[in-house]
Amino acid sequence: VCIHRVRSCSSIRFIKSKYVCVFDKSALKFSHQQRLFRTSAVSCGQIVQFKLSDIGEGITEVTVKEWYVKEGDSVSQFDSICEVQSDKASVTITSRYDGIIRKLHYSIDDIAFVGKPLVDIEIDASKGVASEEDVVETPPMSHEEHTHQEIKGHKTLATPAVRRLAMENNIKLSEIVGTGKDNRILKEDILNYLAKQTGAILPPSPKAEIVPPARKTEAVPAAPKDKARKIPVPVSRPIAFSGKDRAEPVTGFQKAMVKTMSAALKIPHFGYSDEVDLTQLVQLREELKPVAEMRGVKLSFMPFFIKAASLGLLQYPILNASLDENCQNVTYKASHNIGVAMDTEQGLIVPNVKNVQVCSVFDIAVELNRLQSLGSAGQLGTSDLTGGTFTLSNIGTIGGTYAKPVILPPEVAIGALGKIQVLPRFNGKGEVFKAQIMNVSWSADHRIIDGATMARFSNLWKSYLENPASMLLDLK
Amino acid sequence: MVLQSLRNCLWLSCVLRTPKACFWSTASGGLIIQSVSNDVYQNLAVEDWIHDHMDLEKQQVLFLWRNSPAVVIGRHQNPWQECNLRLLRQKNIKLARRRSGGGTVYHDLGNINLTFFTTRKKYERMENLKLIVKALKALRPQLDVQVTDRYDILLDRQYKISGTAAKLGRTSAYHHCTLLCNADKSVLSSVLKSPYKGLKSNATPSVPASVKNLFEEDPSLTSEILLDAIAKEYAVQHQIDHHITLINPVDETLLPGISNKTKELQTWEWVYGKTPKFSISTCLNMAYKDSVIDVKVNMDVKHGRIEVCNIDLPEQWLPPGQYNELVKSLTGSKFCPNEITTLVTTLLRVCPQDNELHSRWSLLCENMIRLM
Repeated sequence: VCIHRVRSCSSIRFIKSKYVCVFDKSALKFSHQQRLFRTSAVSCGQIVQFKLSDIGEGITEVTVKEWYVKEGDSVSQFDSICEVQSDKASVTITSRYDGIIRKLHYSIDDIAFVGKPLVDIEIDASKGVASEEDVVETPPMSHEEHTHQEIKGHKTLATPAVRRLAMENNIKLSEIVGTGKDNRILKEDILNYLAKQTGAILPPSPKAEIVPPARKTEAVPAAPKDKARKIPVPVSRPIAFSGKDRAEPVTGFQKAMVKTMSAALKIPHFGYSDEVDLTQLVQLREELKPVAEMRGVKLSFMPFFIKAASLGLLQYPILNASLDENCQNVTYKASHNIGVAMDTEQGLIVPNVKNVQVCSVFDIAVELNRLQSLGSAGQLGTSDLTGGTFTLSNIGTIGGTYAKPVILPPEVAIGALGKIQVLPRFNGKGEVFKAQIMNVSWSADHRIIDGATMARFSNLWKSYLENPASMLLDLK
Repeated sequence: MVLQSLRNCLWLSCVLRTPKACFWSTASGGLIIQSVSNDVYQNLAVEDWIHDHMDLEKQQVLFLWRNSPAVVIGRHQNPWQECNLRLLRQKNIKLARRRSGGGTVYHDLGNINLTFFTTRKKYERMENLKLIVKALKALRPQLDVQVTDRYDILLDRQYKISGTAAKLGRTSAYHHCTLLCNADKSVLSSVLKSPYKGLKSNATPSVPASVKNLFEEDPSLTSEILLDAIAKEYAVQHQIDHHITLINPVDETLLPGISNKTKELQTWEWVYGKTPKFSISTCLNMAYKDSVIDVKVNMDVKHGRIEVCNIDLPEQWLPPGQYNELVKSLTGSKFCPNEITTLVTTLLRVCPQDNELHSRWSLLCENMIRLM
């Protein structure tokens, strides 16, 4: 089956065209004058006016609500054409023919009339017009095994292309697995079946999607010069790859990330990593979890990490600062609004816990619970998402050890926490013991933060977590 | 091909109320099934599945289902026009768009849903509604219930207890309707009231009506009793056994492809994206410092996304660069508070860090988001 592609006929899609057509270029110039075309010998296809069939219940008019096709689209029999509504009933109108849509008689919200033309479809003249009856009621035909397949318990007439191929090649449709809607047999299914039977080279498929490489009857690398050695010959199986590149505009959460991270590029990042022994903290949390639960709050490790960070920021306030656009002034923020990176269904979101410097670990846990449930419901407000001064990202809940987090402007530092692993370590006496180790990776803005500051902050933060009792001394 | 594999599947995979032959038996002229799930998306998916895959030539189907709190809008409706989306989000009430036409309804466990599946030729809504009325009258002869020519069922000639919608495909059709047994009327009226002003659209509007629960008329009536009575009447009229088969909408072996249908019904593109094109023309009255600023907003929303956006701000209230960034971000984005909140808060990160600017920005954005 070969298809002539005519440049001036931009509306015909190469992909679905199934007919042999010879186009007379001059005829196409008149394509808008539909009426001239009906029985024109010049055109290749016959324009059929597909009328809106009876809806039932004596309904005479409906409102067109949605078109699934536009002029120039190819349709197959049974494809959905449009959705109409009448008196609380929504009706899907499907095509009776294979062909190309030439005209839509109504726009959205127009009233359409039963018995009047809905769309004009150009079908291949040689195939003739299918009967006006619903094609589910099949006329008695011989060679039924080549023309009918069972769909939903009905013997349904296959499309003209399928019927022709089946008859020409003496194939019983019952032996073919259909890949179309409702397991309908498509022309491609017959061609694939044939190829499997005979190992024949398939003609280039008109479908842009399914393009199996031309089959070779044997796929052998260059024959080895040394014929005495037997090298196993790989048989190349043609891989049917039906994937297509897909382009999507960048919107929503992705767009937000693009903007944030593009701005972050301006910040010269440096990284600093360390490991923290959380053995004592793990034990402490185990003890405190039921207490929190009694108060109706889920206690994770984050409240401790956040509070410890705030205590550290009290000593190294430059990490809780902001550098202005011209790098002229550094603003030391009074509030420690510590952001917590959250992974939601839609993407990355970073709400912050306000004023951690005056919150207890329990207060932070309560607030985290609130932000987490709002975050997963997609209901975080603007105040929760703005005003952050420092961020922690607990990527360890998903996995990983070391990371290289990106600072979220207008902040100047960020920490990424890896997962807690049980690892062997040496204690002061030189003995090996089981330790709960977590890695932290900090990134900071090297324009105003130097490595020493970051290191000292990290050490302080680490000491609070490795020895939670020391937090008590400095808690405000 | 689908039916053959189902005939082979063990009937044990579905719980039967009375021991009977396989679920998909085509021996009888009718089949009554009930969903064990209260998830609106799963149940709507079952309807889709039966509509797409079952051969209704030899047997018609009655599907009984109930949902946990949800608002269900018709195929061509506008959720912003029909319900209080803010309240739905707060109360965690689901929003679903069904494939049939008609208006918006509130479902909870006090409401029963009935779907009558037939071939396209045998589609006949009046008959179905008359069946329900007959069943109700057989149960409680004193009930004053009748069918109107709008396909509603009225109690005492004034209260709507049932609304109808239908879907017609090429070969099959279904007519479904609700029946108020003991639903929460106060939640119903509050969620079905839209607070959004200035919406102009050609979407199908709902016709509000006074409603009443059958339970209020007769406290001895429960959802179970009503379901059973209707099933009994259906069985009599179709000359089949009064036997209800329970089905689980997550059973992929029984209903191959159902999980995809369920997923599709939950996508934003289906629930919100299928809203017919509409426009918003409203005025934000923003209280800023000691005055009130009136800001005219005009937006066109197509496929649930903002196509065009105009915000009439006082001159220089926002630096022009910022204003342009805002409009640019809004255009093409989903008309969705979550997405817009994320975008506008991100923009705050990358603009000059000025407290005055930030507070104006936050004020404007919060007011804009309230429109969604």
